[in-house]
Amino acid sequence: MFIRSTGVISAQHSFGNVPFLENPVEYNTNRLTCIEPDYKDIIDPKMIRRMSRIIRMGVAAAIGCLREGNTDVPDAIVTGTAYGCLQDTDVFLSKMVEQNEELLTPTAFIQSTHNTIGAQIGLMLKSNRYNNAFVHRGFSFESAMLDGMLLLMENAAGNVLVGAIDELTDHSFAILERFGLYKKNPVTNTALYSTNTRGSIAGEGSAFFLLAKEHTAGDYAKLDGMHTFYKPASIVESEEQVKLFLESHSIDINDIDLIITGRNGDTTHDAVYNQLNRGIFNGITTAGYKHLCGEYPTAVSFALWLAANCIKQNVIPSSLHSTSNTGKDIKRVLVYNHYQDIHHSLLLLSAC
Amino acid sequence: MSAPVFIAGIGTISAIGKNVAESMDAFRNGKAGMEAMRYLDSVHKNQLPVAEVKCSNEELAALAGLPAHISRTALLSAIAAKEALKDAAIDQLSSLKVGFISANTVGGMDKTENFFRSFLADNKKGKLKNVVHHECGSITELVADKLGVKHFISTISTACSSSANAIFFGARMIKQQMLDVAIAGGADALTKFTLNGFNTLMILDSEYCRPFDESRKGLNLGEGAAYVVLVSERIAKQLAKKPYCTLSGYCNANDAYHQTASSPDGIGSFLAMEGAMKMAGLQPSDIDYINLHGTGTQNNDIAEGTAIKRLFAPVYPKMSSTKSFTGHTLGASGSIEAVFSAMSIQQGIIYPNLRFQNQMKELPFTPQTTYIDNITVKHVLSNSFGFGGNCSSLLFSKI
Repeated sequence: MFIRSTGVISAQHSFGNVPFLENPVEYNTNRLTCIEPDYKDIIDPKMIRRMSRIIRMGVAAAIGCLREGNTDVPDAIVTGTAYGCLQDTDVFLSKMVEQNEELLTPTAFIQSTHNTIGAQIGLMLKSNRYNNAFVHRGFSFESAMLDGMLLLMENAAGNVLVGAIDELTDHSFAILERFGLYKKNPVTNTALYSTNTRGSIAGEGSAFFLLAKEHTAGDYAKLDGMHTFYKPASIVESEEQVKLFLESHSIDINDIDLIITGRNGDTTHDAVYNQLNRGIFNGITTAGYKHLCGEYPTAVSFALWLAANCIKQNVIPSSLHSTSNTGKDIKRVLVYNHYQDIHHSLLLLSAC
Repeated sequence: MSAPVFIAGIGTISAIGKNVAESMDAFRNGKAGMEAMRYLDSVHKNQLPVAEVKCSNEELAALAGLPAHISRTALLSAIAAKEALKDAAIDQLSSLKVGFISANTVGGMDKTENFFRSFLADNKKGKLKNVVHHECGSITELVADKLGVKHFISTISTACSSSANAIFFGARMIKQQMLDVAIAGGADALTKFTLNGFNTLMILDSEYCRPFDESRKGLNLGEGAAYVVLVSERIAKQLAKKPYCTLSGYCNANDAYHQTASSPDGIGSFLAMEGAMKMAGLQPSDIDYINLHGTGTQNNDIAEGTAIKRLFAPVYPKMSSTKSFTGHTLGASGSIEAVFSAMSIQQGIIYPNLRFQNQMKELPFTPQTTYIDNITVKHVLSNSFGFGGNCSSLLFSKI
């Protein structure tokens, strides 16, 4: 199966016809916010007004992806989100608490359901086809991808629009900060991996992909496989999972031209990547990505976009700060990500 | 035709019983689960009847083997999942590829809404233990960890069709040999968030709901959980007990009409039912019973009824909405009704649609109003339709 097109809204200039990370945006903060496009070109202005921010970001990235893939209506729409429509949930919940369950209006409640974005895309495209939504924390995007891949394997679909959306709100940031997820002080995002402290930088994003069963000229990359594992007991187990995944695809680690890892600048979370870099990944070019998009449960969708672009454009952008950049062809990319050391995933892509 | 997937175990908890046996007693005795609100602390207590599980969180925690301070949704989920797994009685489970695929609509919202009161006053306040399991996926993980399932876990949330989608996602993974066993279903506890949300939409009946009745005025919210244990043919053959039935068909379609309202012609429901029958290679005349989505709202029942008319006319199978017993359990409803469908086939039961009096003027059929048993039920269609136009139908067949 192939990645035909992408649509990505992130803290970087990633949406629409822009050069691939040639002008990275530098931040000095512990909270990255998406750079939103001008929605007027993508969504009917009457509809934009009724949509909350995450719905706009989700629908716009989806439409952008379909346009790039010259596809009016995909055979299926599958979304993944860990937190869902937080702003709408927050509005309804806050009013309910403040007004003691009286005089409430339905709009925010209606848009708070976790399938809202997939439903809105289906509604805009007037598509009666398959529509599903996964909400499993750091596996939300991987679950949506798996559903999409299954549909292609079953011949139930020729193409599937798969996406991940998560937003940060002031409230969610305040709560997650109290859980210790983020750095106490602002950091320069380009120096994220050398802070040597706990916590990461908060992020958010919307990333959609059109997966297709058949190859078409202009495809980004071939999606060779994906594997997830939950709460590994040790780094040794994680390393074992990586080895088994490569074996199952008959790939030697030396066949990989670039490994994109999910390091997030938290000393504890990065330990597994550090050990693998000294072990199985030793000698292979590696790069992090969360300095560009921040840490969030579906951040791996941004890594998939990066990997697909590195292959399609045969380049490792300097903004990735890869461990080496020999200029050799980028034919095969491995993504290894984990969220909170609970949700681990591997994605393997190759040139078409 | 791909290899069939079997239902080897079932478990459920809802307002009509803490397990499958109690639920079946309630059907036999025509005893609905709605009452005045007892456990949820809402200002609407005396206006809106609800179908609560008749246990405090402490009582549920004892049954679940989990702490009482965690979300009621996780407690309900664990109780039903444990029953299903015990019922399936699969030997050497740890040597198999086991997945837990659960569904819910608001995660740990029952705790978050308490947290929010203090948090809104001061963002540094509110006990974090009340918000740590806010995410839908977190509820699934609490239960997966309790069950010891690690190989594959996921969570689906497509409003009221959530657990129907979870069940057939599990079946698809078995068919692709990614899993040997899938514990699939869903859970939702009543929360003030959902109660008030549905109340603003003015689709809650202040009396007991009357699905498919001309006088229907809305739904009653319920709570509960249910899981089926799906197994491959290879595992089914090794079991001591004969499986309940097969999951012979399923289909997910979208109404693409409105975020919360169903289309007048029920196109999503029509496509979901038609797709499930097509997958199973069955004709409308093969269906013995339809477990309706049947919420009791004006809009759902006319859309679903119109789709059934288009698909089945002029001969209609028996049909009923078991939501007239359990209330609408949202993310859990698809799997609760899947459990009832499996029992319908295994025991030859048709459930009554309670409180039905007046035929809907738009429809040429009426639901089943009495309890029937000792008949042969070969094929049961179960409908689950939700916000966002998400429509899913499951088809269960006798072995």
